Amino acid sequence: MKKTSPDKSERIVLTPMRFKLSILGILLLIIMLYIAAAYQTEAFPQRVIEGFPIIFLFVVEDLWPPSWSYFTSVLQPLLETWNIALFGTTFGAILALPVSFLAAANINTNLTFYRIIRFFFNILRTVPEIILAVLFVALVGIGDISGILALTVLTIGIIGKLLSESIESVDPGPLEAIRASGGNTLQVIRYAVIPQILPQYASYTLYSLEINVKASVVLGFVGAGGIGIILSQQLSMFNYENVAAIIFTLFVVITIIDFISNKLRERLE
Amino acid sequence: MEELPYTSPFYIVFNYIPGMVNALIEFNDVSLMYPNGHEGLKNINLKINEGEFVVIVGMSGAGKSTLIRSINRMVTPTSGALIVDGEDILQLKDNQLRKVRTNIGMIFQSYNIVKRMSVLRNVLAGRLGHTGTLRSLVGWFPQNDLQIAMNNLERVGIEEKAYVRASNLSGGQQQRISIARALTQQPKVILADEPVASLDPPTSHKVMKDLKRVSREDGLTTIVNLHFIDMAMEYADRIIGLRDGNLVFDGPIEEVTDQTFEEIYDRPIKDDDLLGSEEETDEKNESGQI
Amino acid sequence: MKQYDKIRTHKTFNRTKRMYVLATVLILSFIYIVALVSTPFDINSSSVSTLETLRRLFIEPLINTDNYEKYPEYIGYMLETIAIAYAGIFVATILAVPVGFLAARNVGGRLSYIGKALLNAIRAIPELIFAIIFVAAVGIGPYAGVLAISINSIGMLGKLYAEVIESIDSENVDAIKASGGNRVQSMWYGILPQVLPEFVSYSLYRFEIDVRASTVLGIVGAGGIGAPLILATYQRNWEEVGMILVVVVVFVSLIDVLSGAIRKRLI
Repeated sequence: MKKTSPDKSERIVLTPMRFKLSILGILLLIIMLYIAAAYQTEAFPQRVIEGFPIIFLFVVEDLWPPSWSYFTSVLQPLLETWNIALFGTTFGAILALPVSFLAAANINTNLTFYRIIRFFFNILRTVPEIILAVLFVALVGIGDISGILALTVLTIGIIGKLLSESIESVDPGPLEAIRASGGNTLQVIRYAVIPQILPQYASYTLYSLEINVKASVVLGFVGAGGIGIILSQQLSMFNYENVAAIIFTLFVVITIIDFISNKLRERLE
Repeated sequence: MEELPYTSPFYIVFNYIPGMVNALIEFNDVSLMYPNGHEGLKNINLKINEGEFVVIVGMSGAGKSTLIRSINRMVTPTSGALIVDGEDILQLKDNQLRKVRTNIGMIFQSYNIVKRMSVLRNVLAGRLGHTGTLRSLVGWFPQNDLQIAMNNLERVGIEEKAYVRASNLSGGQQQRISIARALTQQPKVILADEPVASLDPPTSHKVMKDLKRVSREDGLTTIVNLHFIDMAMEYADRIIGLRDGNLVFDGPIEEVTDQTFEEIYDRPIKDDDLLGSEEETDEKNESGQI
Repeated sequence: MKQYDKIRTHKTFNRTKRMYVLATVLILSFIYIVALVSTPFDINSSSVSTLETLRRLFIEPLINTDNYEKYPEYIGYMLETIAIAYAGIFVATILAVPVGFLAARNVGGRLSYIGKALLNAIRAIPELIFAIIFVAAVGIGPYAGVLAISINSIGMLGKLYAEVIESIDSENVDAIKASGGNRVQSMWYGILPQVLPEFVSYSLYRFEIDVRASTVLGIVGAGGIGAPLILATYQRNWEEVGMILVVVVVFVSLIDVLSGAIRKRLI
């Protein structure tokens, strides 16, 4: 609905009545759902508005300054977290490449197989990283391996979805040309598709790395390695100076990784 | 030459005498019905001999593209027999079909090259059908293939661009890449589906001249779709006219008159049907391409 | 056929490019070698067989009817999770509009740099960290979760909204300014109608993300299904983990389908 200049004449209606009513209905529904959610969570609007200043004060007065002496103890788990994220991204990116071709309709022309792969992808993407971590802790035990495996699966879900969409939207011309000259599917992929999607693939991998670094913080809470282990320990001891040190370090490191990754991705565009 | 019926004993005899009728491509009652019910081709009977330069004309939607794409089965006719180099390609399985396709080069209206790849790699893609899968995946082409590719780039006059990204070339040059790619297959047949429809008139003529020249040099059977009448007259040895999926004209260029085209188009000839001479330029100038 | 000297598929790199490639290879090898050396690749699997664990995780929750009575409880937790995400995104959508305008170059002017830096800072903090801080500040419960989700969503929505605003055509705005409208009027009539569908679409998309993110909050006491999940994990109660997984997958799928359908109609 594009609004033009207001018009007082009776015959011209700016927005039809039915449209107005349906918009009103939708708005009412959205607000009612919010009221229900607010009751459930006790997060009423005025409490939300009150909440942010409280948090700001808490951060300034209680969290700051972090315990500087604790930083040395943070470094080892931090490296562990980075390693988990790095390996998870690497393995995930490698595995996501072939899977993405199976999940692209212009490459995988077997409709049933394509649908099964898509369905599997959709299910995979609904599972949050924390549950993936718990599943792998259950299967391979406490340690970094569970974390790496959880992030590998998470990465396959992220890259697989984005990349299969990129593959489906490549210029179909070169694919047609290679097929017409007698090339098989693998050759079509290698010489017509991959050259077209390589920048996106690299970009999605970096994007996954950013997500994985943040996600790997969670892993330690369920025993899947990384900085989350000491974070949950310090939290359970209410040792907020040390918690603040961990948070501060994480913030700096994630900002640096995001910055580098964003710069690299900009160059890939 | 008068077309002989397929069942004629003469045909059979002639076909086995070298130098006589040597049909490389033969349509026997070929029809194609698209899944939406549209009939692309209706009972086409056609013989194309080795070394001919055939131009197919007709209005858009007449089935030109369908006819050309049937020959390498990029579309699959629904009935009849289509003999290419002695084999009915409608009966072939996927891997046999790929084998046949390696002998058929194809040139497209939109060039169909990978713009992010170098010119040489695009041309080398023509060797894929002759290269083992594993070897091609690694990108380890035999030196001989590289020599073939480079020679063909030279023949279309862009060998000094071999390592340049294809996107940095003009439209006419990009179409030359795709001609070089088709030649690098070392095919018997070249199919060109509206090869110059995206180019301006002077470039169109240059590209068509190149195409005609190289196909003469290699003695290739060439089948081209064109929708400009004057262009068809200039380059064809033989004209095939299509209307609504029916073959309505087939004859050597000497027999073609303006009236022939009016029959094929089922209406008087208009200026739009003519491309114009080489000197005229158009808005779609090559400089528009980066 | 003309015979060329040995032809390469690649042009040989010039000096600068060679250095560039070498540097990249060195940096990457360094990163991976450090990671390989410092990661203990040992599996601490318990004596229980993997197959048995798999059965407890994926088969038991579905076939064992004794477990069914636990489902309503988990569905309740999941509804709380969704409520946290919904309340969070509702607040975030409202607050992200002014933030987005402020961070947009064509509206915020010089302020946009500060706005963008702030939004980048927010996005660098995982929602779990926000949840930890908020639980400490306002106490245990879903209320802290809502705050964490909303501030985290503002970080992303503010950036996306700003990008939408930057991409709109400025003629409408200029027209309203030319007809004597002030800054707020020019935003309300010139920009908002153009960007509203995209804003709503992004909010729905973020809501999908928030539902997944809210499942984590419970492990630090910020409400939702994360609480029974971490409890079951500590108790090695894989049947319950499996049941929670089933509930999460079903509800998240439902929300994705619903939200995806609405987003398709919006554009």
